[in-house]
Amino acid sequence: MQVPAQFEYERATSIAHAVQLLGKYNGAGRLIAGGHSLIPMMKLRLARPEVLIDINEVAELGGISRVDGELRVGALVRHTELLDDDEVAQLFPILRDAEKVIADPIVRNRGTVGGSVCQADPSEDLSAAFSALRAYAVVQGAETQRIVPLRDFFVGPYETVVGPGELLVELRVPVRTGGSSAFLKVSRRAGDWAVGAVGAAVWLDGDVITEVGIGLSALGARNFVAVEAEDFLRGRSVSADVLGEAGRIAAEHCDPPVDQRGPADYKRHLAATLVTRALQLACRRAGREV
Amino acid sequence: MEITVTVNGQQHRRSIEPRVLLAYFLRDELSLTGTHLGCDTSNCGACVVWLDGVPVKSCTVLAAMADGKEVRTVESLAQNGKLDPVQQGFIRCHGAQCGFCTPGMLMTARWLLDRDPNPSEERIREAISGQLCRCTGYENIVRAVRWAAEHERRDEVTS
Repeated sequence: MQVPAQFEYERATSIAHAVQLLGKYNGAGRLIAGGHSLIPMMKLRLARPEVLIDINEVAELGGISRVDGELRVGALVRHTELLDDDEVAQLFPILRDAEKVIADPIVRNRGTVGGSVCQADPSEDLSAAFSALRAYAVVQGAETQRIVPLRDFFVGPYETVVGPGELLVELRVPVRTGGSSAFLKVSRRAGDWAVGAVGAAVWLDGDVITEVGIGLSALGARNFVAVEAEDFLRGRSVSADVLGEAGRIAAEHCDPPVDQRGPADYKRHLAATLVTRALQLACRRAGREV
Repeated sequence: MEITVTVNGQQHRRSIEPRVLLAYFLRDELSLTGTHLGCDTSNCGACVVWLDGVPVKSCTVLAAMADGKEVRTVESLAQNGKLDPVQQGFIRCHGAQCGFCTPGMLMTARWLLDRDPNPSEERIREAISGQLCRCTGYENIVRAVRWAAEHERRDEVTS
């Protein structure tokens, strides 16, 4: 039997109400939505908030929409919703690829996109996928709203720029034509965290890569991204050699943790292979066979 | 805190601590012990119930979150003394051995068949991929769900 320590419970009814409650408890309150990261941590006393502010009923935090050339994904969107959305899959196949291998169908019914990103677990998949897509995070505070590039959102493991009085409202992904994307994950068994995972997005003008995003999860990449490999690829023509070299560069610049999922050299090998393969798949989906 | 939860169509009002999890609320407060608690870490799926029509792992949902909502547990499957087709399938195909995972498996299977009356074996395996069974090797569970699908469609299910 595992039960969290005692806490007070509040149910927020709107974004403004949630922010007001965060202010009222002045750092002692934690937001909870799907709870599939926070509740297990509370059971183990790794987290011990004095107050939980339940945002499951805040309808304005939900929904997926396309506004002004952006895909907007509400923080309260459940993994299942993102997985099942055909427009999302058509615009950004990387997101459906990633969602298919996040936990399991029942957990995906409850866990949220915003919660996954705010948890900032170094092995979390969507953080890498949305970083590859150069998404923006909309963060609401008591006075102001700020829009933060997701690549500047993560401070470190389990830490983001979201302050104690703020909440994540939504993620916004710029929609650009002429490209595609893919996500590949290696895990030990169904539903497990990644041994290593890579998301790639490419935009092409003929054979030339005009823009590219590479996200790595569980592989010790700073801010979940492989900037050096991206810089190498931009402006180059697509070829097997070039994508292979991008994988090598990404692997060289990441610092995989040694844990029960494997040694560093194996994970670095995974990083190189997965970066190359994810780029190949993204290029193929964009109409350029490699 | 006071919560009101409708479980299997019946409204229950209880005073609880906010830290009580839905699975414990069902078992300890309402004595609905059909819902099992296995891992208590949202891995095994023995505790799957429906919350407003959606299967969730009730060891990782606060009872407070179910305030004002509808919960459906394995106890609701049999109607008027007649077993649900998925329950009949589990009997016919020996889908339950020790029976510990069965309540969660049944609730997910019922949900799957409501959405997809004729699921492939692959679809069934995907649907139950968040649930662990340590006896059957899953073969008989998959057969049981197929049995239910086939007999439900042909309306051949008898009590």
